[in-house]
Amino acid sequence: MTGQGAFRRALLDPAAAVPAGLVGPGGGPAARRFAVYRNNVAVGLTEALEAAFPILRRIVGDDFFRAMAGVFLRAHPPQSPCLADYGAAMPEFLAGFPPVAHLGYLPDVARLENALRRAYHAADAAPLAPGDLPAPADLAAARVTLAPAVCVIRSAAPLFGIWRFNTRADAPMPGTGPEDVLVTRPGFDPHVDLLPPGGAAFVEALDRGATLAAAAAAQGPAQDPAPTIALLLARGAITALHRADGGPALHDSAEARRNP
Amino acid sequence: MTGKPASADVALPGRALTRLPAGVGVGFKPQHFSDILEAPGPVEWVEIHAENYMGAGGRPLAQLRALAERFPVSLHGVGLSIGGEGRLDADHLARLRRLAGWLDPASFSEHLAWSSHEGAYLNDLLPLPYTDATLDRVASHIDEVQEALGRRMLLENPSSYLAFAESTWSETDFLAELAHRTGCGLLLDVNNVFVSATNLGTDPRAYIAAFPLGLVGEIHLGGHAAEADETGAALLIDSHAAPVADPVWALYGEVIAAAGPRPTLIEWDSDVPAWPGLRAEAARAAAVLVGARA
Amino acid sequence: MSQSSATLAAAGAIAAAFAAHFAAPAGAQEMEKCYGVALAGQNDCAAGPGTTCAGTSKVDYQGNAWKLVPAGTCLTMELPGGRTGALEPLDRDLPG
Repeated sequence: MTGQGAFRRALLDPAAAVPAGLVGPGGGPAARRFAVYRNNVAVGLTEALEAAFPILRRIVGDDFFRAMAGVFLRAHPPQSPCLADYGAAMPEFLAGFPPVAHLGYLPDVARLENALRRAYHAADAAPLAPGDLPAPADLAAARVTLAPAVCVIRSAAPLFGIWRFNTRADAPMPGTGPEDVLVTRPGFDPHVDLLPPGGAAFVEALDRGATLAAAAAAQGPAQDPAPTIALLLARGAITALHRADGGPALHDSAEARRNP
Repeated sequence: MTGKPASADVALPGRALTRLPAGVGVGFKPQHFSDILEAPGPVEWVEIHAENYMGAGGRPLAQLRALAERFPVSLHGVGLSIGGEGRLDADHLARLRRLAGWLDPASFSEHLAWSSHEGAYLNDLLPLPYTDATLDRVASHIDEVQEALGRRMLLENPSSYLAFAESTWSETDFLAELAHRTGCGLLLDVNNVFVSATNLGTDPRAYIAAFPLGLVGEIHLGGHAAEADETGAALLIDSHAAPVADPVWALYGEVIAAAGPRPTLIEWDSDVPAWPGLRAEAARAAAVLVGARA
Repeated sequence: MSQSSATLAAAGAIAAAFAAHFAAPAGAQEMEKCYGVALAGQNDCAAGPGTTCAGTSKVDYQGNAWKLVPAGTCLTMELPGGRTGALEPLDRDLPG
């Protein structure tokens, strides 16, 4: 009998023989027929990766991307039928893939594209509603809830510039310094912003449950938290404020549409 | 969340095969979202792939909620691996149950195929031999799915590119026996019938004649591509990237004439045309259904 | 600046940032709520791959593609001054 383990191994290994017991019409040869399944798997997963990583693909070129995808999909086939999740292993794969060893920024690009995709499918969350704000001292002592789509990506490369250069027709060349980026999803479309200096530490501290004042301290005494707060608010990335004493949320997004 | 409350009319085994209307539906593509709401033409229902709507939120679920307010929705799974050697993926079944729970689709269908093996998802509908052993296994998987979802499911005949020397059942007998044992209905993909018959050198009309048409809750129509194997024999690929082929339309007409109007889906998954093109294909199926009612 | 004055300054900056946001005209904060889809190829349509239940007539050429080097926009991202680092100019360092 033809076991599915043998079938799977032969699907993913182009050099493997066609499993025994497979036949064409009248018991004829099945090699070209088995190749249909091989193509379906390899081409289908390659196209899935092309859809998942359009910026990586643009950076390395179509031919190289397809060849690299062929290596990736065999080393890391999807672990779930939900293909929107496929490619979580791409940053680590790129970091250890010799042909791109000289492109040290590629893993960060993959991290950004994974974050964009996660943001697209993340739970809906209503932004903080306009209304009365607490006294300034209470505000500094408050903790925040960030929207599920929010993600910070720190990079030693000019990641924002690389992203912009590969997604906007009139974008300038990337800069030369490190750039941290913030992924958010105001409405339904993920958004990428350059974080101000210290912004990554500020948002990460908030995400760990720090108060606004503690998060401001975490980004360093010389950094102003205001630009990062303005960015978070503009992108609908703060969904609730919580009083320091654990009391009721000051602005809970009670009307946030719960996910089905 | 605005999903409809669970219907009191959940289709348990023994109940109706489907709540889809016996008209034409299309496989929903996000690029058609506005068009299908504004100018559905003959389209009475839509089908979605379950796996594309298992995220936590965002535009996919918002679009699905809006579609479900307007059209009956057929939930079509592509990733359960019902024909797999191993156990069903419990996490995936739970995701499916959650989606079917809030969406309350008019129908749920899956494939007589496998796609996962030991934790790896291979993203294709892979074939299985038809033996007593695989019959037992598939039947138990269907039981598990119907129990988890609390509804009767439809099982779709596959496109085949090769056969297994060890098979002892014909595909039609295998499907009929599965339906008999589990109470599931069947989804008859007429293009798959034509593709498999051509590829395996059998007669598509004999397949239809042997198919338990009374159990058909839905019909699929899609396009295929034509190639050849190493002997020069025809090898058709179930590509869903082209209009439905004329011989498939002819076969479909014969199925409807024999079985009466059934919910019929136009599947177009690659090189998807703009909405008027897909709507025109749907209109062709609708004309066949209207003719059968007359 | 002492710790307490730094804390006070931060508290002031935090309050000012919130006040400024909510003082802006509501229209300026309106984000696109469209159910539709961004234009194909536009980056902010980040749905990623979907499933298919179809096959393909395209052929996978795995096995004969492996002397390739990256050839996309990375080749144009040279930095001024011969600087090395994360964006090292590629034309000097193509793998053999």
